[in-house]
Amino acid sequence: MLAETWYVLLAVMLAVYVMLDGFDLGAGVLHLFVAKTNAERKLVLRSIGPVWDGNEVWLLVAGGTMVLAFPVLYARAFSGFYLPLMIVLWLLLFRALGIELRHQVEHPLWRQFWDVAFALSSLVLTVFFGAALGNVVRGVGMDDTGHFFAPLWTNFQVDPDPGILDWYTVLVALNAAVALTMHGALWLGWRTTGEVRRRCDAVLPALFGTTLLLTAGTSLATYVVQPQMGQNLQSEPAWWLAPTLAVLGLVGVRRFAGRERWRGAFFSSCAFLAGMLGSAAAAIFPYVLPARIAERGLTIAGATTEPYALQVALYWWVPGVLLAVLYFALNYRSLPPQLDTSDTDEH
Amino acid sequence: MLAVFVRGAYDAQVLDALIAHRLQFAFTVTYHYLFPQLTMGLALLIVILKTMGLRGDRIANESARFWSKVFGLSFVMGVVTGVPLEFQFGTNWARFSEAAGGVIGQTLAMEGVFAFFLESSFIYLLLFGEKRLGPKLHWGSAVLVWLGSWLSGYFIVCTNAFMQHPVGYRVRDDGTVVLESLSAFLTNPWAFAEYAHTMIGAAVTGSFVVAGIGAFYLLSGKHLPYAKKFLQVATITGATASVLLAFPTGDIQARMVAEHQAPTFAAMEGHFETDLGVGLVLVGQPNMDTLALDNPIVIPNALSFLTHHRWKARIAGLTEFDKALWPDNVPLLYYAYHIMVGLGTIFIVIMGMAALLLRGGLLFRMRWLLWVLLLAIPFPFVANTAGWMTAELGRQPWLLHNLMRTANGYSDNVSSGNVIFTLLGFMGLYVGLSVLFAALVLKIIGGGPSATQESA
Repeated sequence: MLAETWYVLLAVMLAVYVMLDGFDLGAGVLHLFVAKTNAERKLVLRSIGPVWDGNEVWLLVAGGTMVLAFPVLYARAFSGFYLPLMIVLWLLLFRALGIELRHQVEHPLWRQFWDVAFALSSLVLTVFFGAALGNVVRGVGMDDTGHFFAPLWTNFQVDPDPGILDWYTVLVALNAAVALTMHGALWLGWRTTGEVRRRCDAVLPALFGTTLLLTAGTSLATYVVQPQMGQNLQSEPAWWLAPTLAVLGLVGVRRFAGRERWRGAFFSSCAFLAGMLGSAAAAIFPYVLPARIAERGLTIAGATTEPYALQVALYWWVPGVLLAVLYFALNYRSLPPQLDTSDTDEH
Repeated sequence: MLAVFVRGAYDAQVLDALIAHRLQFAFTVTYHYLFPQLTMGLALLIVILKTMGLRGDRIANESARFWSKVFGLSFVMGVVTGVPLEFQFGTNWARFSEAAGGVIGQTLAMEGVFAFFLESSFIYLLLFGEKRLGPKLHWGSAVLVWLGSWLSGYFIVCTNAFMQHPVGYRVRDDGTVVLESLSAFLTNPWAFAEYAHTMIGAAVTGSFVVAGIGAFYLLSGKHLPYAKKFLQVATITGATASVLLAFPTGDIQARMVAEHQAPTFAAMEGHFETDLGVGLVLVGQPNMDTLALDNPIVIPNALSFLTHHRWKARIAGLTEFDKALWPDNVPLLYYAYHIMVGLGTIFIVIMGMAALLLRGGLLFRMRWLLWVLLLAIPFPFVANTAGWMTAELGRQPWLLHNLMRTANGYSDNVSSGNVIFTLLGFMGLYVGLSVLFAALVLKIIGGGPSATQESA
């Protein structure tokens, strides 16, 4: 039970990460397209400036939580995904510099360089995060000791020893990239006014349509690629909550966005993303990292540590994260309700 | 004969991978720590300056604003170079994480939950919220950022302390090291000593940077009121911290090493033969062929006295221990330790003198001492780095002292070629980062404190 509790907490952490950092990643993808002038680009950056770093911390804390509760998962997955994780690290580095260094020098070429760095790294990160999720859901090519070392790609087939990129993970990657871009568009639409918002409004139908199509495709493909999903949905109807939440989220995005109610649409998109991650959990439970040869997969029980450690960690982890939620509430509440290009704030 | 060659080739491969993994972690963590030591030191000085500002000292408040800019830039560098370290426990040290993650995961997660959330939520307010928050709340956000950065230090040092001196654990039948007592793990005596020494080391770095820039402004005849404020605050903080660094924190730390890591202690001190009344080596090079020091200059009996408070106390020499327990690079460990101690001694002299000469503003007219302060800026970085090299080389050949060898901890599914490839990538990126940081920090310093406007 304890290990299952941590499974849920870790999934929640990752879901919060995707909902929060998702919008600033999405804003990054759109940066060059919805913001043309320097004032508009500053506007995009100011809408995420006070919060993006905190958002990214959820990823780091999820990582720490994984070491804490599932050390075997952390060790096997991180070493097995060595090369893509190194690329992710370098992208995170460029992205952080893009956001934080742009305003340090007043020179158009300097700004242009970091604008592109920010946009490109955001785009590639959404693709990588999607591919990562796809790999976890599909399962990896573990040997009989439970270890693996995944190449970037092989023949793009979902076979017993696949690469990071195959047709399935590419599909999930595209789905993630488009869904997070939509998430970013909704954030910018909610938090800004003027041209930036108008352009977000203009791309929204295309983003929504593509998300819808890709989500349908991913769901179907997952059903085929990961048989555990069908089993779980059959044996435990409560799992249906996750895909239902995702569908309701999408419906919400459509309804709210159609009536220019950005806030509602943004929160619906949060529900959609949470539902999708919940569905991913539903597709692999009780594994934390399935293998292509099912019985080699790493289960919750096989990945965890002493019950004492799991127990005692709850006593500080839960209040600690509640405290963090309080900081976030304070921070988000202190954001100006809506930004426009006339402000001359530094960020 | 063939079997020997085949076997030899195999071992060489293992050695390659081990060294590659070690080099990558060593490089990325060494580079990373150039920034946190500065931000943790500056955070303290900013709190001091903000506190003076709150009491009506306008120059101090504007100085805090100026140093917050440098802090912000260094913080970004610290974050982007810090994330790879958390990843590398898993990517490069998978067997270690698998065996001990159930223990060190506690502090790694605590660092995120208690420190990173705090810092990331309040740093923006410190940097951009002064007008909006008003003096008291802005002071509060400076305090919270300082608290966050120093808490972060504790969790990392506590993680390292577990590797140096494991407590609160139990070894399961399958060989994994699991947590038995969280309170014992968090109150590791080694962690307290190491934390005090490390944080004060960061305060010394911050002080030297602030004092050095103050000296630079005075020497160039610019921003004079700020320059004097920098020197005043930083030399007093720096002198206090430099003394505390040697005594009691350095002293406690060294005696802890002597007690729990005796071979390491002998290697650090360049002490090869067990003896009574052992001298303190000031100069000399360890010669691993003769197992003695070349051209030693020694203070007789001093090491015995410092370690056991008796002039004729016995101290075990390195040759008393099985070679398998020796740190795997004795000369490097010895040099790192002696550079740290030597520089630490010089810091006390420089900062002590500068602080004493503050009286009547004498310091502000002594150009040679201002030059010394300016040129001293890099050396606390060297000393902190050498200190960490002493700790980490001294821990060898163990990853977890007396529990797990470093050679058994790296990810054996990641080959040396992959690691050298990514190591070169990190090196290239970090050269770029260094250029960026240097350019931007020089721009801030060139602009000067009076150019630092209050922001909304």
